[in-house]
This record gives sequence, structure tokens and C-alpha cells, in this order.
Amino acid sequence: MLCRQTGPWTSRRAVLGAAAAGLAGCGERGPPATRLLNVSYDPTRELYEEINALFVEQWKQTHEGDLILEMSHGGSGRQARAVIDGLHADVVTLATPFDIDAIAQAGLTAPDWRSRLPNNSAPYTSTIVFVTRAGNPKAIRDWNDIARDGVSVITPNPKTSGGARWNYLAAWAFALRQPGGDEARARDFVRSLYRNVQVLDTGARGSMTTFAQRGIGDVLIAWENEAHLGLDEFGAVNLEIIYPSMSIVAEPAVAKVDANTARRGTDDLADAYLRFLYDPSAQDVAARRHFRPSDAQILAQHRSEFPDLAMITVDGVFGGWAEAHRIHFADGGVFDQISAERGQ
Amino acid sequence: MSGRSSVARRDPPWFAGALIVLAVFYFVLVLFLPLVTVFLEALRKGFTEYRVSFDDPDAIAAIQLTLLVAVIAVPLNTVFGLAAAWAVAKFEFWGKSALVTLIDLPFSISPVISGLVFVLLYGANGWFGPFLDEHNIQVIFTVTGLVLATTLVTLPFVARELIPLMQAQGTDEEAAAATLGAGPWRTFFLVTLPNIRWALMYGVLLCTARAMGEFGAVAVVSGLIRGETATMPLYIEILYNEYNSVAAFAMASLLALFALITLAVKTALEAQFADELAAQRIR
Repeated sequence: MLCRQTGPWTSRRAVLGAAAAGLAGCGERGPPATRLLNVSYDPTRELYEEINALFVEQWKQTHEGDLILEMSHGGSGRQARAVIDGLHADVVTLATPFDIDAIAQAGLTAPDWRSRLPNNSAPYTSTIVFVTRAGNPKAIRDWNDIARDGVSVITPNPKTSGGARWNYLAAWAFALRQPGGDEARARDFVRSLYRNVQVLDTGARGSMTTFAQRGIGDVLIAWENEAHLGLDEFGAVNLEIIYPSMSIVAEPAVAKVDANTARRGTDDLADAYLRFLYDPSAQDVAARRHFRPSDAQILAQHRSEFPDLAMITVDGVFGGWAEAHRIHFADGGVFDQISAERGQ
Repeated sequence: MSGRSSVARRDPPWFAGALIVLAVFYFVLVLFLPLVTVFLEALRKGFTEYRVSFDDPDAIAAIQLTLLVAVIAVPLNTVFGLAAAWAVAKFEFWGKSALVTLIDLPFSISPVISGLVFVLLYGANGWFGPFLDEHNIQVIFTVTGLVLATTLVTLPFVARELIPLMQAQGTDEEAAAATLGAGPWRTFFLVTLPNIRWALMYGVLLCTARAMGEFGAVAVVSGLIRGETATMPLYIEILYNEYNSVAAFAMASLLALFALITLAVKTALEAQFADELAAQRIR
């Protein structure tokens, strides 16, 4: 509610003061609440709703007043762009380290942000799996099955979606690891896979909707957590999750936006919040929301829900995100090249 | 046989029928069905679920924010529209046609651009970014930014309604009032305003409808903070992306309802307005 909106004062009081109070009918304002803005990507709404409630509860035991944790969700690249353009995020929890690197490059957070928190600043990870129609009618078992002729694939656009980049890189790495695999074969493989793509949505959520709600396509390439959410939402009787022989460690990463926390005086709070993401209670929430927890003990408790599979890393196969982006996703990169060839 | 009637008679009846069927089909497909879908989807899981979706504090905040933005942007553009139409219709000055063209600009450029220009001006890396930063003022990703973007997008509505009418009315009545000793304010309130009141209300209504429904421009400057900078159209998209389609369509139905009310009032006004225009022409 508007009554909750106490900061950032300077701009609002000047423009809206009376109007806001009048319209919202706010009574007495208490001492201003402490606020923390977490700018995140699409599929984390349910996750942070639960974690935030736990954090607020813990925070209130040792602090006076109110703590309001604000959330902003959107496509990962778009969210990073907004932070660079001045969205006052105290922390960012985005789909790929690359998006946070962009924020670091703009000078808003330290270049070494990844080493400031455990597990490469990824409190939870995920992987890339397939979702098929119930009964798996096209007999899809592995990556080469979805590059076959006659299979219709749904995956978002790697130019706009963080999740889609993980999908693309996992496919590439699979082809590379096949007997006799090399860069040229990987390129051919990924090209035939993207020839099968029927709808290229801008984000992971859009792709899930296209596949599950509109009923388009034989297979959806998706985050593991998003696949489970899709099954919960659209019915486990209609959809099926298939684990390929090999996938990728998808590392949604978190970081404090130093420039904003310094200005807003939320430095310690942001640190405490990010550290809390590694707390067993938050890790348990992540596991229940189908994100793979980084805490070994919590992971062990949920072992059966997270099948073991061979997983490569972007650092190991592609030499890091900056390099992967430069070669594959930048303008004129491999993805642009195979998209151009697609029409021929 | 007169030429005119023979042309009409040459159209076979099936052709006229086909045209009507086509028109109705088109109308149902692109206008009626989408509108019905909004309400059907909103009520898919029953009225209780529909009702409950408005209890969410974030939903209430989105509705309040949308109304707040409209309450600021519409009066601003009403005053601007009146002043601009007054200047254009009653006075001759250099650059008049340029002004008229400029007023229409927000109609012709994409709303995304209308949002982006404010990011480029007031964003952290924008022209005034460093200055605003030094003074700890934030414009983009706050309510201020939403108001600015909405004001820009809805700028032409009032002026566009008033300019043709005021031009047609000319300056005779104002001149007569002046010769009778009325000052400028008195002339405005007793002569000009009564002459344009229906057109003015019509413009304000259109402006309000657009201010509440605007998506593209505000999406760019919003930052999508739930409960803080998410207006109704943005909140609908957020809900839809969260698989919460009942709540999304419930909110959409409310927005559609606002639009339908606007349309009903507009239609009523139009009838009234047409009479007055005709009366004014006879005079």
C-alpha cells in the first residue's frame, strides 16, 4: 500500500506529498521502516516470498522497527539493465553471473563479487532438463533426440533470456563431449537443434506458458526448478520431466550492489541478507522450491528429488561467462550466425 | 433508371450479406472475444477466488498507484491542453504549426521510446544523472518517473479534442465579451469554457483511460517493484508471468471495467456534444 511507501523521500515528497497522503488516506506514520530491495529474475517469486518471511522474522528478534523486503522480478538481462540505469537495488539475485558482471562493469559492485560469498556466490544452483508431454510420446531421452528431424522444441531466446543461455550452452557441451566431438560438430548440432525450435519466447516463463498452456511443441528445455513448478501448475498427469545423460550446473548468482548500499546505508543489512541465503532454513526453502541447495546436509536430505547426473560448468568448458558470451551470444556471435543460417 | 440506383442494384445480395458476415466475424474475433475472455478467465475458478485476488496488498497498491498517477497526469495535461488549444485557436504566432505537430508527437512515437527518453535523461547514466545523483534525487524507477512517462504519453488527448473546436468557434464571442468590459479570466470562465465543456470532458476521459492503461512507457521506467512501482497493467503482466492467471485476469477485468465505464460516459457525452456542435453551427 502507499502508506508503506516511506522512502526514497527526497523525490517523492516534492512531487506527491499531499496527493499521496490524500489518496491513500494514511494516518500517522511511525518511524520509517528499514527497506531492502532485491532485484531478481522471473522464476524466484515463490522462493523469495518464503525466504524473505524467514529473514524478517529473524531480523526482528534483534532489531527495532519494521523491515520491508521489496522484490522486483523480470527477465534477468532486463533487470541488470535497470540496475545499471539506476534502479536502487541493494542486492541482485539474477539468472546468470554474466548479468551481475555487467553491473560490476558499470562500477556498481566490486569486480571480485563472485569470490565474496561461498560457492561462487551461488547459494542455490539448478540444472537444465527436458519437459515432454505425458508418456513421452516422441521417446526423448537425451540431447540428440531433440535435435532429430520432426521434433518440435520450445526454448527461450538466448539473446534475451538467462535461462535460455544455460540451455544453449548445455546442448553445445553435450555435442562437444560426444565421441569425435569438436567445435564444428557442436556448432552443427546446436544449429540442427535450433532449427527444431518452433517458438523462441523472450523468457523462461513465456516458454513454459507456450509449451504447457498453449500446448505447442514436443519438448521444452527448462530450468529444473521451473520444470517442477510447471508440473505443479499444469498437472503432473500432462507433463513429464526427462533428465538427459548430461547437463550443466546452472548458477543463478547473488551480489550486493555496493554503490547503492553505501548510499542507502544498507550495507550490513544486505550482507546479512545474502549470508542468510546460505542458512540451513533458507537452503531448505530453496530445496523445497526445487533449487539445488549448496548446503551439503540439506542437499542430502532432499537427495531423491535431485537425480544425480553428469554436469559440466561454464568455467570448465567455456572458460567463463565473459568468454561464453563473447563467442556465442554477443552481436554477430555463433547464435546470430546459426540464426541467419536457419533461414537458408 | 438513374445512374446512382443502378450501381446499388448491381451488387448481388450475397455480396452485401458476405460483407456483413465478414464485418461481424471480424468484430467478434478481434474485439468482442478478447473482452469476453478477460472476464471468463477472471471468473474461471469462481467468484470467491476472483474477489480474493483483490485482497492482496500488492494488488491494492497497484490500483492505488494507477489512480495516483492518473490523478496527477490528467490535470497536468488538462491545464496544458487548455493553454495550448487557447493559444493555437485564438492567436496567431510564429511557430504555431510546429507546436501543433509537436503536440501530436506522443501519438506517433512508440511508448517504449517515450519511456526510454526519460531513462536517457534522468537515469543513472543519463544527461542529468550525475546532477540528480549528487543531490540524492531519484526520478527513474520511482513514482515520479511513472508520472513523467504517463504525462508524456497522454499529453495530446485534451489539446487534440479542443483545438479543432476552438478554431471553429473563432474569437468573435471573446471579442464581444472584451468590448463589454469582461477581463480575461471572466471571459474564459463565462464565455470560452461553457463553449468547450463537452469537448474538454471528452478529452479528459480519453486522457484518463490512457493514463490508467499505459504499459509500454511505464514498463521502462518502473523497475517493477511489487507494491511500490507496479501499476495495474504492469502488475497484470507480473501476475501472468507467475502463472497466477486468475489474479492477472481479475486485475485486467477491473482495468477493462474502467475502460468500459469511460466508453459509456464518452458515448453519452458524444450525443450531447454533437447537439451542441450543431447548435453552434446554426448560431
